[in-house]
Amino acid sequence: MTKTLPAVLAVLFGLVVIWFLAVAPMNIRVALDVADRAGETVVPVKSLDRRDTSVWVLMANNAAFVADGYNLKRPRLPTPTQVGQELWKSTGAMVLKGRTWSKRSLIFHGWVTLRSTLWGFFLGTTTGILLAVAIVYSRAAEMSLMPWAVISQAVPIVALAPMIIVLSSQIGVEGRGFPKAVISAYLCFFPVLVGMVKGLRSPTSEQLDLLKTYSSSGMQGFLKLHVPASIPYLFTSLKVGIAAALVGAIVGELPTGAISGLGARILIGDQFGTPLAIWSALFAAAILAGALVTLLDRTQAIVLRKMGMRA
Amino acid sequence: MNWLILAGVFWAAAFITNIVLANSRWSHTTLVRLTIPVLFGVTILVIWEALVHAFGISAAILPAPSDVGATFMNSTDMLWEDFRQTVLKGALRGYVIGAVAALVTAVLIDRSPFLTQGLLPIGNFVAALPIVGVAPILVSWFGFDWHSKAAVVVIMVFFPILVNTVQGLREADAMQRDLMKTYASSYMQTLIKLRFPAALPFVFNGLKIAATLALIGAIVAEYFGSPTRGMGFRISTGVGSLSIDLVWAEIAVAAMAGTAFYGVVAWIEKKVTYWHPSQRG
Repeated sequence: MTKTLPAVLAVLFGLVVIWFLAVAPMNIRVALDVADRAGETVVPVKSLDRRDTSVWVLMANNAAFVADGYNLKRPRLPTPTQVGQELWKSTGAMVLKGRTWSKRSLIFHGWVTLRSTLWGFFLGTTTGILLAVAIVYSRAAEMSLMPWAVISQAVPIVALAPMIIVLSSQIGVEGRGFPKAVISAYLCFFPVLVGMVKGLRSPTSEQLDLLKTYSSSGMQGFLKLHVPASIPYLFTSLKVGIAAALVGAIVGELPTGAISGLGARILIGDQFGTPLAIWSALFAAAILAGALVTLLDRTQAIVLRKMGMRA
Repeated sequence: MNWLILAGVFWAAAFITNIVLANSRWSHTTLVRLTIPVLFGVTILVIWEALVHAFGISAAILPAPSDVGATFMNSTDMLWEDFRQTVLKGALRGYVIGAVAALVTAVLIDRSPFLTQGLLPIGNFVAALPIVGVAPILVSWFGFDWHSKAAVVVIMVFFPILVNTVQGLREADAMQRDLMKTYASSYMQTLIKLRFPAALPFVFNGLKIAATLALIGAIVAEYFGSPTRGMGFRISTGVGSLSIDLVWAEIAVAAMAGTAFYGVVAWIEKKVTYWHPSQRG
């Protein structure tokens, strides 16, 4: 940890520098259009001519306006500071003003997405564990389910998302939470299934033999050997699963015209042409993903230590 | 009611057949290995068909598989056009560009242990992020046609392949590297003859993950704007105009394309890394 941290920070710093440098060529056209409309003289004068000129030539000829690209209201590529300010404006500043649950607050939208993610995570994990037990204990289940489980992940879930929403509203499930949770669960169950099958099969033949000499029943063997042995595998796949569940919740919001949730913020930002809203929602999603994975990682460390598995 | 009885009988028969087959002494033959999952899939279709007829579910909500099949056969031209736009132009090109970029980056980074150390955690983190969210940004940068779809796919597949390749390149152990040194082999020779082959199982792991992501990226990007063709376009307009059977036909195409894509990558993996323990089973 102490050795990798400086390396990680250095790479992060490098990425931010590249981002900053990229802003100038990405935004020069927008900056020139804004300056042109404000009555400044830019080279070339006509916007049609500008479209045919490369960004590098534009930057060389209009050096005075390059800096404007870093302070646009609707940039093609916002600067890291702009994104940071927007994030703060829609989270921390809202809390300070006592409007945490306002419709403009990313905490509200993050909570909506988080709720679907957790429901989907719960559904998907349960499904994954149950299927894994079935697969480990029944050959017929393994042979019929396993190929379909693999195929299910090759099917692009986004294609199914609109249908899941149509179906669930017809069955009479109100609200958008349920279809989003189903999509999350669909992405989340597979890593859990694969991890648990591996984990439940991880006891060695010596360990199995030992239980036999104790004349333990099948149930005892399952509870006292197979389940504990599968816990490290379970946590590893839970970490993959929760990230997948978050992806599912956001994907579930994108094509469906949802109005709340981080995915909906991205959608609305796209429709209203406010790139800063898209970028801040993206970063909020990244922070949420990081927090969820870290939380599971800590839980894993504590649980495994309590079980006496890792010093 | 008849439909329900039929479905029940079919389900019971398939259930018993599968159990008998799986526990029979032919359970390891290829024929049985194929029959069991196929029977499972057919059973689901039969139950679906029966439920739709038994409860008279409107085709605007859930069409029967037979209707979807009929629509599929009637609109193969349109489906092919969409397939070409989304899969061949968007997903496949993006996948190839992203994979090549990730492999090259991995080899370059690998020369510096410091960079590798810094990039692995970041790459792992980014690979877990909901990157599909960048789709609207890229559509506004690269326009409505396949370029923006390919760009989304490039970003989505880049990190899983990069992380796996970087990890794979560390796979060759010290003994093997020492051996190459005693042969006085150059950096390139060691890379091509030892380290890259040793990394292949990891590379293919990344390629397989990326294969499933590529189609998702291409379809999502079409929800944010596309020319009047493409699978994502057809699905979103199909839901709006209640031509649900066409939507299901597109889903079937997407499912087949996704499975075939994954299958091809897995098949190449089997041919190329036949020596690895996981393939010898």
